Amino acid sequence: MIIRLFSIACLLALGAIPALAAKEVVSFAYLQRVNDPAYERHRAYTGLVLRDRAPPLDGAKTALRESRVLGRSIGVKFELRETALGEADDAVAAIENLAAEGTRIFLLDLPLADVKRAAQSLAGRDLLLFNIRHGADELRGEACSPVLFHTIASDAMLMDGLAQFLFKKNWTDVLILEGEQEADLIASAAFQQSARKFGLNVVDVRPFVLSNDPRVRDETNIPLLTGDADYDVVFLADSLGEFGRYVPYQTYDPRPVVGSEGLVSSAWHWAWERHGAPQLNQRFDRIAKRPMKDTDYAAWAAVKSVVEAMVRTESRDIAVLRAYLTNDAFTLDTYKGAPGNFRSWDNQLRQAVLLHTHNAVIARAPLDGFLHQTNNLDTLGRDRPESACRFE
Amino acid sequence: MRVFHFIAGVALAAVIGHGEAAAKNTRLVFVSNEKNSTITVLNLDNEVVRTFETCARPRGMHFSEDRTEFYVGCADDSVIAIYDVATQELLRRIRQVEEPETFDLHPNGRHLYISNEEDATATVFDVETGEFVTEFETGEEPEGVQVTPDGRLVFVASEAANLVHVIDTEAQEVIKDILVDTRPRRFALTPDGTELWVSAELAGIVDIISVETLEIIDDIAFLPTGFRKEQVTPVDLLITKDGTRAYVALGRANHVAAVDVKSRRILDYILVGKRAWGLALTHDEKRLYVANGLSDDISIIDTESLKVLTSIPVGLVPYGILIDDH
Repeated sequence: MIIRLFSIACLLALGAIPALAAKEVVSFAYLQRVNDPAYERHRAYTGLVLRDRAPPLDGAKTALRESRVLGRSIGVKFELRETALGEADDAVAAIENLAAEGTRIFLLDLPLADVKRAAQSLAGRDLLLFNIRHGADELRGEACSPVLFHTIASDAMLMDGLAQFLFKKNWTDVLILEGEQEADLIASAAFQQSARKFGLNVVDVRPFVLSNDPRVRDETNIPLLTGDADYDVVFLADSLGEFGRYVPYQTYDPRPVVGSEGLVSSAWHWAWERHGAPQLNQRFDRIAKRPMKDTDYAAWAAVKSVVEAMVRTESRDIAVLRAYLTNDAFTLDTYKGAPGNFRSWDNQLRQAVLLHTHNAVIARAPLDGFLHQTNNLDTLGRDRPESACRFE
Repeated sequence: MRVFHFIAGVALAAVIGHGEAAAKNTRLVFVSNEKNSTITVLNLDNEVVRTFETCARPRGMHFSEDRTEFYVGCADDSVIAIYDVATQELLRRIRQVEEPETFDLHPNGRHLYISNEEDATATVFDVETGEFVTEFETGEEPEGVQVTPDGRLVFVASEAANLVHVIDTEAQEVIKDILVDTRPRRFALTPDGTELWVSAELAGIVDIISVETLEIIDDIAFLPTGFRKEQVTPVDLLITKDGTRAYVALGRANHVAAVDVKSRRILDYILVGKRAWGLALTHDEKRLYVANGLSDDISIIDTESLKVLTSIPVGLVPYGILIDDH
């Protein structure tokens, strides 16, 4: 029913649907930078790695492998073109060059500044750019662009999911511990915004310092940092992880820790076992030889979304595909239950988020009882009326 | 005590019959429990007779042609275990079947068409010799398998590719990939063999395919009162022998839909347990058994009143149901 209705809409809009010729090649460009600081190994101490990130290329590879037979059925061969930019190379120029060779779809595994610039400079172009890495809310807000789609969950979505969980548990009084890193301040601000949205009470925000200096022990000693306050739960914003890993079990009062340690909010986790997730996890693991993470999931979702849109619209026209991705008829199997499609106001992929410990998914948000007038997934992240994004 | 007598009786019957085409109509119900790798055996008085351990992650089940044996597909062991219906004794195993999910038996009684979930293939094994016969490439996560009664065609649904593959058993090749709605799971054929119904889990609908033209000709959308589209995730479905009525398990909507096949109109929604997937009808079609994967029980529905009569706790994450009652 859905397919046929949309086909009719396309016919009306364009006059005709260009048929796909047999053995046509559709390429996805995967852009990264050599020596990207995000993927440097952050050693905490003597070889110990706390936050290890791998480029999500294998997520895209997994999706391409899944699309082979679907390609066979519509006479298209999907391929991945990996492009590594040198440290001095310009991302916009690289995209322009690839576009001149016929590539229209780009997975951007690039630093935030590159993504922002590309999205702004190429806003009017007939391209499809995917942000597969950054949760930054500004990319969905003031810095949004009609060419840029987000398959990675936004910071607001992740924090809204966590806030729903705390509210449902009646852990409404929250003590925030935040680090000095820019990422820590962003995470803390995102959580505070979600706390306001769902009626949580932030009892205090306390900065911590990674140090043994006895003169600043109020900011280094965890029992002192977590004493003299009445709270149900600690929210921790610590992107480095060295301080945060000692917070659970050291709080002055026996209270759970959420945020960077303890209960963490992510778009994907290897321990998720509902809605077909074990199959996706195993497919990824066979290719990558490591567990699937949220950026891998985002790269996978970008490829899957485009393939699904091409199959359903029977078109390769970027304008048609873009319109379809944000149409309610579009359905991406997110492996998290609720069907995914892109929000028309900011091009963000609607998806559930997973609240997990290191080895178990404790809850999936939106949690039962958090309702929305049109789609419960829109209880996560910026809804249309709150969005600062203007495509015009 | 009663249970003991019952088992003793069955065992005796098996001994006397010496295994060959022995006890039929054991009046037993078998439920595969995916998460704790057991089979629960019930009688038709809704009592649990016994529970036994089987291979790891048992899911799809099927009777042999003469109904003296049943097959259990175990994904985590890559095995199909073959049991005696009367004694539930393990007779033999078909090994090296990559993550079998569901399967259907060709009318020749020997070729089992199996979906291999992790391998993106459908394989064929000989149930007597246990030998591999052939395989076909499918999309990712193949699940439902349906052989036509004349044995000419086999349909395989690929969950992740949104395709129904059509295998011609004589030509031994995939002759068509039919694009259907999101996440196709299981099949039912109308008894006259003209319509193939396929559940599209994430779309919340059943697509109807003409077996003659291999095109989608219609669909049925499900929406029990108080639910939203995204909560309705149909999986298993059955059509009665006279072709008048269909039952569709609606997964996360915790309901089973009863459908008038001819008019394709929904007659009623019946509230069952959590995440209803597997379905089975008794031979007289007066009772419908429903496996509720997330409440670890089965619901038994009276098909005349369309009311649930009872629910019975079984193992962890019940998946498939077989009923031997004729």
